[in-house]
Amino acid sequence: MKLTVNGILRSIEVRPSEMLSDLLRERLNLTGTKIGCNEAECGSCTVLVNGEPVLACTYPAAKAQDKHVLTIEGLAEVASAHQSQREAGQAELHPLQQAFIRHGAVQCGFCIPGQIMTAYALLQRNPAPTEDDIKYALKDTLCRCAGYPSIIRSVQEAAQVMQSQTAAGLEPNIAGITDEFKVVGRLQNRPDAREKVTGLAVFSDDLKFPGMLHARVKWAGVPHAIVTRIDVDKARHLPGVVAVLTAANIPGEINHGLVIYDWPALVGVGERVRYVGDAIALVAAESREIATQALELIEVDYEQQPVVSNPVLAREPDAPALHPSGNLLKHIKVRRGDIEAGFRDAEVVLEHTFHTAITEHAFLEPECSIARPLPDGRMEIYVGSQIPYSDRHQVARALNWPEERVRIVGQLMGGGFGGKEDIAGQIHAALLAHASGRAVKLLFDRHESLLVHPKRHATQIRVKIGARGDGRLTAVETELYGDTGAYASLGEKVLTRATTHSAGPYETPHARADCYAMYTNNPPAGAFRGFGVTQSAFAIESMMDMLAEELGMNPVELRRLNALRVGSLTNTGQILRESVGLLDCLERVEAEMNRLSSGRPFEAKPVEGAPHLVRAWGLAAGYKNTGLGGGAPDKAAAEVELFSDGTLEVRTSSAELGQGLVTVLQMIVAEEFNQPPAGVRVLVMDTDLTPDGGPTTASRQTYVTGNAARLAAQTLRQAVATTLAEKFDQPPETIKFIEGLAQVNGHKIPLGETVAAMRAEGRQPRALYEYWAPETIPLGQGGDMHFAFSFGAQAAEVEVNRLTGEVKVLRVIAANDAGRVINPLGFQGQVEGGIMMGLGNALTEHFIVEDGLVFTDRLARYRMPSIVHTPEILSIVVEHPTADGPYGAKGVGELVSIPTTPAITNAIYHAVGVRIDRLPVDQEFIVEMLNR
Amino acid sequence: MILWKDYHLAHSIRDALETLANAPGPARLVAGGTDLLLDLQQGRHPPVHTLVDVSQVPEMARIEICRDRLYIGAAAPLTQIVASPLVREHAAALVEAAGLIGGPQVRNTATLGGNVAHALPAGDGTIALLALDAQAEVADANGRRLLPLADLFLGPGRSALSPRAEVLVGFHLPLRSPHEGSAFRRVMRPQGVAIAILNLSAWIQRQGEVIGEARLAVGPSGPTPSRSREAENVLLGRPLNSDTIELTARALLAEASFRTSPHRATAEYRKRMANVLLSEVLFAAWERSAAQVKINEVLR
Repeated sequence: MKLTVNGILRSIEVRPSEMLSDLLRERLNLTGTKIGCNEAECGSCTVLVNGEPVLACTYPAAKAQDKHVLTIEGLAEVASAHQSQREAGQAELHPLQQAFIRHGAVQCGFCIPGQIMTAYALLQRNPAPTEDDIKYALKDTLCRCAGYPSIIRSVQEAAQVMQSQTAAGLEPNIAGITDEFKVVGRLQNRPDAREKVTGLAVFSDDLKFPGMLHARVKWAGVPHAIVTRIDVDKARHLPGVVAVLTAANIPGEINHGLVIYDWPALVGVGERVRYVGDAIALVAAESREIATQALELIEVDYEQQPVVSNPVLAREPDAPALHPSGNLLKHIKVRRGDIEAGFRDAEVVLEHTFHTAITEHAFLEPECSIARPLPDGRMEIYVGSQIPYSDRHQVARALNWPEERVRIVGQLMGGGFGGKEDIAGQIHAALLAHASGRAVKLLFDRHESLLVHPKRHATQIRVKIGARGDGRLTAVETELYGDTGAYASLGEKVLTRATTHSAGPYETPHARADCYAMYTNNPPAGAFRGFGVTQSAFAIESMMDMLAEELGMNPVELRRLNALRVGSLTNTGQILRESVGLLDCLERVEAEMNRLSSGRPFEAKPVEGAPHLVRAWGLAAGYKNTGLGGGAPDKAAAEVELFSDGTLEVRTSSAELGQGLVTVLQMIVAEEFNQPPAGVRVLVMDTDLTPDGGPTTASRQTYVTGNAARLAAQTLRQAVATTLAEKFDQPPETIKFIEGLAQVNGHKIPLGETVAAMRAEGRQPRALYEYWAPETIPLGQGGDMHFAFSFGAQAAEVEVNRLTGEVKVLRVIAANDAGRVINPLGFQGQVEGGIMMGLGNALTEHFIVEDGLVFTDRLARYRMPSIVHTPEILSIVVEHPTADGPYGAKGVGELVSIPTTPAITNAIYHAVGVRIDRLPVDQEFIVEMLNR
Repeated sequence: MILWKDYHLAHSIRDALETLANAPGPARLVAGGTDLLLDLQQGRHPPVHTLVDVSQVPEMARIEICRDRLYIGAAAPLTQIVASPLVREHAAALVEAAGLIGGPQVRNTATLGGNVAHALPAGDGTIALLALDAQAEVADANGRRLLPLADLFLGPGRSALSPRAEVLVGFHLPLRSPHEGSAFRRVMRPQGVAIAILNLSAWIQRQGEVIGEARLAVGPSGPTPSRSREAENVLLGRPLNSDTIELTARALLAEASFRTSPHRATAEYRKRMANVLLSEVLFAAWERSAAQVKINEVLR
């Protein structure tokens, strides 16, 4: 058949059951078209066929016969063809591509080709779209970084540019820009933005190696059973199958885990299956199709066991024990003062129980690992992982190799949000590569991704709160049950954070919290943006509003009265000595909310002409630790090198998952050398080439690895200065660095030339720095459990339909104290994306598991916010710098998502008087309560 | 896993019928493929030998006035239906329904024929077509026949069409007279599968200040998509006011059988929503039935 792809007429042999996306990606190597779900849900694979956007994952290739297909790779050429001026050597970007970069719409970048192609089709048909037109056209092109507001701004700017033929349109409207520093605090585009908007960015599944095999996994599919027989003979004999492995074939340790090694890479005969996503056997074959066929030939017999389906049941004395230690992963305790005395002091005591659901990260790039044996006996693993050194350790354990024999080569990651911290295919790919001696790609499809990787903990949280009549808190008691699923993952850490934060960002003389982290037969639960605090914030912030009502107080006033401030003692016994911007956040949000509501934000206001639609505002506060805390050593290493062309490179294994660490590191090194950021390259996530930056979790990277990069840069700068000082016989402190030059006593030396001078002295033009964050103390011992906290407040305006119970979020005001904003563009992306994720947590997201069986096993069954859910978002930057953070910065990635859910549910209460105590919000429940 | 071997782009209905009949193995008709291809990929439908794609059969992609009826080819993409001035003028309810099926990209390939042939009790296009009194044109080896839309359905997901011997060619709808109007609404759940909890469509003919004729369809209200005849009768000769709506709703609830579906909605909620939607569609259709209303101004 013939078809035209990006302007080139091609003659291609038709293959059975080939989709257009396969043709483009596998045969034409146009890997800019991404597969996020392979079920026509996410829009990442959008290409244009005869000018119309279609989903290439479900568009048969044969149907494209005689048609014109345009992919992201062809868009720049379309742009160039339209433009009279072309710069030599550099292909022009389409105005959409330029705008997506300028407005920071590119984060992880995985969805971006689909966004741009869909937007391009819109602009072809409608050159001046309204915001509603844009939302309508991009409705089903999902972005999990949720840069929807910046996507809207980008499309609007591109439309303007294309119509007026001007160079650039709207300025990004971003808060937080300061001119205190040369680079830090100013807008900076991502170093990888250009490749992400052109489709040239390479993610793991875009890689191919000669002779590469394709792997599939035989999953248990039963939630609790003992394996009694595994027969892989038939699968082994299927032509094209190269290796079939079971637990018996693992040369090293069978179990893996991030904290506790309790998760078997494969469950063997006689062993226990603890959830549907346990692996039984692995297949590597010449093609994915053959590997899939082989799975069906594997026979497994099980002896079914009773299913432990929730954490409360798991704690019953007669519940079946899932692990040798029983079902209790950890009983976590917080004790301050005398809780009984606290309640005796109270004039008002309220008690209520809340429930939160399991939710799913739904990063748009499903997990993919490629293991590649090297001729020297080592093994490389190409994977997008949040903790490359942990992957190396765990793979080496399974192979029974020294760690140095394994190299993790981190790839661009299409989102993580905490969901790419655990092992998910790395060990399996390595075992198969080891057995076959060939490169092996293991790609999860969306179905597998949903079944297998750890989720957000479902919780049951009982809060009992006591206060004096003036609103002063006297006691907060909480009891949490957390469903950590089949394996520990980071369950203990997550639920510790849920517990320590369960009294909210408030000071109370008496506090008591008990959390039971329970194993069940549900998919494991682990890290997910917010790390337990998302759950407990919903409970305590709902409770604060209930208390305010009981006391007849303004909810903002109640929070202000009790808010943590400098000098406060937290319920874990930590004195906050600095950098507590909560009061500022509350005040700034309150002022803005009052301005937008004529001073009556909490009054229900019916919409004119539609009295069944009622609007009101709600408010919530939140806080989140930066860094691991609790006594865990928290360190990161970074290396900075100067090259003879005057460029610098910063290297660390810390992970870039879309959150913008690479931009932050680039800016920090540029700041320290007083250089333009474009002259700084960033290399991350490679265990051979980059020093260990620690796990990318706990909102810690800007602070911990940022400090490592800053101090490495300072060390190198001093070394350069020393060399020059000796050469020119000047004191080192007189040497200045300006825009690619070192200035010494009137001489201007290009920075690159100092490399030779350093080498001549026997110095290396690079510096490695291992930064140790301030020491923390374990929970229960008092003192500094964390070295910094970020604080925030949010207000949400909702519109509730009294007839249907439907809830719409119209506006969100967010103030965040992140110490210091390094890159306002990246910060804005985190704020907007975090709010959208919090909105999803409140209204749309529900990962349903029934008796251990996953109902939500396709993306079609998991709704995450789309562009049509996007409210107007106003971001307010509050900067209370922390002494040890780089330039005063603290973490922000998680904080921004935490207050959103309770702000929305508190607003629902103000609108219609229905208290939501179970997530996600059920519109039926609202209607039922209104008709009671 | 080979899901299909041959993908045949039919150029005519005869070609499609012959290829279907003569395929050496299992064969299925496909248009947009937005349901069938997923069923094949996810193992809900066994692999087939031949897929016969009718999306490029000219007659099946056409939207036109034909012998005093509005003809909509079964393989016309939903995007074209939504944008068509003819459909906007004569079948406002269908424009509203078709604009809600799938997402924007899906609507560029998904077809009305596919929505109907899937035989879901709450297919948005199907419910609108029922209220609009559409007839289906079906082709087989012996020629063509017209049949009432409701005759296409046997049960949930079960179509009366013979998969190897019949092609759903298109739909014929009465043209709108100045005193007629239609509307479609649905309620969704923000979590889970994007299938309407409840959808409802109405067509009415105005006679002065009362309703002269009416058609109502609601889904999912039974195993097959169907009209609510008792409720339609209640409307006859009455002015549109809250009393009329209450009586109509009562009849509709008596006739329809609303079920509780896990993770989607309880029967109780569906009953409430039937009341809400009934009122919305009747007022919208009533407004549109006023002769002076320009349909394009009230449709998005």
